[in-house]
Parts: sequence; C-alpha cells; structure tokens
Amino acid sequence: MTPQQTARSGTEIVIEPPRQLGAINWRELWEFRELLQQMVWRDVTVRYKQTALGIAWAVLSPLIMVAIFALIFGLWGRLPTNGVPAPAFFLAGLIAYNFFASALAGSANSMLSQRGLLTKIYFPRLIAPLSATVAQLVDLLIALAVVQALALYYGFVPGWRLLWVVPLCVLWAWAAALGLGLWLAALNVHYRDVGQLVPFLTRVWLFASPVIYPVSMIPAKWHWLYGLNPMVGVIEWLRWGLFHTAPPPSPVLWLSMLVSVVLLVTGLWYFRRTEHAFADLV
Amino acid sequence: MIRIENIGKRYRLGGGVRHDTLRDLISHRAGRLLGRGRESAEDTPSGEFWALKDVTFDVEEGEVVGIIGRNGAGKSTLLKILSRITPPTEGRIRLKGRIASLLEVGTGFHPELTGRENIFMNGSILGMRRAEIRAKLDEIIAFSEVEKFIDMPVKHYSSGMYVRLAFAVAAHLEPEILVVDEVLAVGDIAFQRKCMGKMNDVARGGRTVLFVSHNMPAVSSLTSKAVLLDGGRLVKQDHTDEVIRWYLREMRDKSPSTRVIDRTDRDGDGRARIVDIFVDDQEGNVNILPLSKSPKRINIEIDAEDCVAEINIAISIFNSDRRRIVWTESSLSTDLFTFEKGRHKLRIDLARGFSPTPGEYFVNAALISSGGMVDYVADALKFSIETGDFFGRGRLPNTTSEVLVDHTWNIA
Repeated sequence: MTPQQTARSGTEIVIEPPRQLGAINWRELWEFRELLQQMVWRDVTVRYKQTALGIAWAVLSPLIMVAIFALIFGLWGRLPTNGVPAPAFFLAGLIAYNFFASALAGSANSMLSQRGLLTKIYFPRLIAPLSATVAQLVDLLIALAVVQALALYYGFVPGWRLLWVVPLCVLWAWAAALGLGLWLAALNVHYRDVGQLVPFLTRVWLFASPVIYPVSMIPAKWHWLYGLNPMVGVIEWLRWGLFHTAPPPSPVLWLSMLVSVVLLVTGLWYFRRTEHAFADLV
Repeated sequence: MIRIENIGKRYRLGGGVRHDTLRDLISHRAGRLLGRGRESAEDTPSGEFWALKDVTFDVEEGEVVGIIGRNGAGKSTLLKILSRITPPTEGRIRLKGRIASLLEVGTGFHPELTGRENIFMNGSILGMRRAEIRAKLDEIIAFSEVEKFIDMPVKHYSSGMYVRLAFAVAAHLEPEILVVDEVLAVGDIAFQRKCMGKMNDVARGGRTVLFVSHNMPAVSSLTSKAVLLDGGRLVKQDHTDEVIRWYLREMRDKSPSTRVIDRTDRDGDGRARIVDIFVDDQEGNVNILPLSKSPKRINIEIDAEDCVAEINIAISIFNSDRRRIVWTESSLSTDLFTFEKGRHKLRIDLARGFSPTPGEYFVNAALISSGGMVDYVADALKFSIETGDFFGRGRLPNTTSEVLVDHTWNIA
C-alpha cells in the first residue's frame, strides 16, 4: 500500500458538525507539507513562465522602483536617509515592504483564487494563504542578495549581525502579512469588498512605512502610534543590520513586533473559526 | 468501512423574503451556492433549507455503492460532506482508511504548467506523495496517451488530451476508500471504456467505492448496492438493480398524471391516439437522461382505429417555467404521415450535440389532420435531464442557458 496524505491507514476519520473552538491540527498540516511545497512551486514557476527574463524580474522590479524613487527625489528634493546613500536606503525599505504587500495581497485573495480547489477537494484550508505568502519568499531572498550587493558597493561590510537580523525581519514581516492576510482571506469570502480594498490598503500602507523616509522624521511623541505598523520595526531593523544605522527607539520596536504576533494569532483564530463555511460561500 | 449516521445539511439563504417569491429566491440562491438548480428537502419561511436530512447508511469494506437520485436530491451535498469539503449541520460520519475523492478530474491543473508538471500538481492535490507520483509517472503518462506532448504547457492541449491526462492521474490513485462523482464519464467513447475498465479494476480490487452517476448502465455494471436519495432524504437502499428499477418506476409514477394511454383529458376526434411517448438517447437512458451529446429521441406510439391519412404530428417541449424550448412539426421538417389501422411506432431524432440543460421538461403532443385535431395531450410526458459532462472536458457546464449546443471555438 502506498502512503496517502489524507489519512494514515487505519486512522479513523470522524466527520461532524464544526465545533466553534477547534484547535489547529498541526499534525495534519505537517502531513500536507508536500501539497504546500507543490503550491509554492507552482506559484513561483507560473509567475515567471513565458517571460523572456524569467526570474531576473525578481531582481529587476525592485531596481526599477528604486531608480524611479531616486529620480523623483533627485529632482524634487531630498529626504534624509540617515547617512546611507539614497538608492541603498530605498531598496532596503522597498524590498521588505514589497514582500509584505504581495504576501498580504496573495493571502487575502487566496480563498477566491483557489476556489476551484476549495470546492472540489479537501485539504487544510490554511495551506492556501500559507503558500501564497511563502511563494513571495523566493523573490524576497533574491532581492535581499541584491540589496546586500548594493550595500557592499557602497562600502558597508556585512557583520555577523546580519545572520540573525535578516531571518528575524523576514519572520516578522511574514507573520504580519500572513496574520492580516488570514483575516482578510476569511472576510473576503463573505464580503468581496475586501478584495477591492486590498490594493488601496497596500498603497496607503507604503507611505505609513519608513520606505522613502527614516523613522527619525516622525516626531517622538507619535512613535507609539507609528509603532503599531509592523513594517516600521521590520524596515528599521533591516537597515540597521545592513547599513549599521541606529535602530529606532526600542518601544516602537517592541510594539511593532507585538502587533505582528497579535495579528498572526488572531488571524489564525479567526480563519480557523470560519474556514468550515468557505466552500459553501466562495 | 463507512458509517453515515443521521447526516443533515442545512443551507441558510437569508430571511425576510416575501413568501411567494421564496421558492424562486431559494432555487436561485441555492443554484448559486451549489452550482446547479436544486430542490429542497424542507423549505422554511426563514430562508433555510435542508439539502440533506436524516441520511443513515453503512458501507462495508470492499463494497461498491452507487448513489442515485434526481437533480437536487442531495447526492452532491453528500459527496461534499464525505469528501470533507463542507461539514454536515448534524449527524456524524465515521470512516476508516485513506479516503480520496474525485469530484472532478484535473483539479488544480494549471494551464501554464506542462503535462508532466501538472501530474505532480494534481497528484499532490489528490493526496499522492511525490515519491509515489514519481514511481508511477511512466505508467500515468502511458495511460494518458499524450506522451508526445507531456512537456508542453497544457494550455496548448486539446480538450480530449486534457481530460485523458487528468483521468490518468486520477486512475492511479490507490486509496482504500474512493468517492467518485459522475464527471468521470468523460472523454470520447473509447477512452470512457478504458476509464470504466479501470474503475472496474478498482471496484474489484477490494476497495470501497462510492459512485455517483446518472448513467444507470454504469451504476448497474459497477456497483452491487445502491442508495436512492430524493429531496435530501434516503428513500431506498438495496441491490443496485432493485433500486434502479424502483427509481425508474417512481420517476414514471411522478409524471404529470398517468401514463399517456390512460389519459382521458385529451382533445381531438380520436381516430388515432397517442398510446405511448418517451424520450431516450443512444446510451439507453430513458426519460432520465444525462446531459450529453448523445442524440436524444422522442419515441411515440400511435394507435389508429382506422386508416388516417395526412397526419401532421406536432411536439412541443416545455421547461419547468413553462417556456417552450423545442417545437417540431412533421410536415415542416419531414412529411405528413398516413397510418393504417393498428399500432405504429415513430421516432423523432433530435440533432446530435443538442440538449436542454438539467431540469424537468414536459412534452405536449398532437396529431393533426386537415379536418382538424385528431388527438392532443398536454403534458403527455415529463422527462428530466440530469447534469453531465456535455463538452467532454471533465467539467459540468454551468447551466444558466436553456439549451446546450455542441460547438467549438476557432480563431478565424
């Protein structure tokens, strides 16, 4: 007998009306890891199929954005960049933000984009938003290599610090994107308005994050509010890791990290609570 | 072994609606929810309906069980609950063993991926491990008969190739419990036969299979036991042949009033009378036809008391909204008929690749002579079209139109 993911041989499956407060079945999620891998692989492959430049777009698109920013600010006047050359400064903020925004949009839309699967086959529903966020990691890792190369070019020697700062930042941004994405994915099933709002959300959020300006531009008395945005911490830490710029005041950091964790935990809870009805509603 | 206990599924459709339009609203909303028109077990004024109610039966290990019933009987809902796509509102199902469900073939196929890549994608979705897919890859490709194109994106495939590849993956699943929807009857006849052969192997291989189909010959050849659902309730479970017989009889009994030969509410001078009328297709389905390109035929038997000359025969088919969707008159398309005394059988062959969409239909029939009406029976026959893979692409067409017509798209 060959192994199957759906259940091990001899395991009894009980199909019952949903309970309100079921815990997440981590073991089942693990059993479905190959499906997750497969879906991530599909998303990444399909994104670059039939493009002449292929995966080079993962390098090119942030570079093009940076060129545009550099041009605009070069013509229009400079914002402080804490002593970091503007292109490197922008690029670091932009790649972190782009990862967050595309992971958020992908997971928020995952229930609708995977409608065909959802209504025809059983799999832990969490796999769909999860794969949408993980699929963005590939682009992020490539972009991180580009920004590190740029940092080297400007003479910033990478320190040991990078080894823990980068994974921390990635995890942090991922938790925020997935957490909020889970909320939006579940709400999107009921109210398609969510899908309409996500593009505006990610655009406005860009300016609420320190992508084209440093945190030091925000008056200290507003830091508690500013710190509610998880991307504030992510971007500042990433720059600190790459360019040795001073990290932002720590209360902001901790607040920002706490928000990520809260988003992820509540997102998982809400998604879990509502997922059983998805197939009937999408 | 599968134990299904008191399964019920309620759909909530929003309340506060006027009673006279509720039925419309429910069928409309339910159609949207479930992707097809359906009848409900219980409509309640608050806008809820039970797609399934109190369904209880057991399936023993190694048993192959057919699930039959009309459109909206709850078959698909039951499959979805068994497949864990949607949870039941009440009741419980216990099952032991690895379960795989095939509600369509080619789930998760991506047009940009190659055939080979899609085998891995689809296999993973159906619950196969990658190592298992790798081990069976050659066999799957051979079965699909698309070896030459296996490294080409499936968007360039013809629909036939697509379906072959999709079924090839599904055919190599090795679960202990297999839940299969009717859409497996896809592709051309030769390939269908191959699929049926594979299904037969599965069924005989000691696996537990639940098989939903409108194709009565298929159900009767594949399954030994069957359950009949109607209006969300289980109305009969027995040996397949017994259940099918009962089902067909019940369908006939539910026709408008009585058999046409016994109808007294008819017009005309009665020199000749319509004594039998039924619809069938070339696959041998009678009065309950799956959606398919198989030519549909209206069969009429006429009993003439004496010789009647120059008879024009007219037939109308109405849908459940009482809208006429087909009208035919023999004088127009063929000729007038002359009948000697005695019984005569006639057949109207409708074009291949034409079908009304799923639902119930009523047929009016008339024999008209130059002197006036000879015989006329309104609602002489009620027949139904059940959903099916009309275009042979492994998908049930969305049936918002009144008829389906075989066609292809071509760049001109």
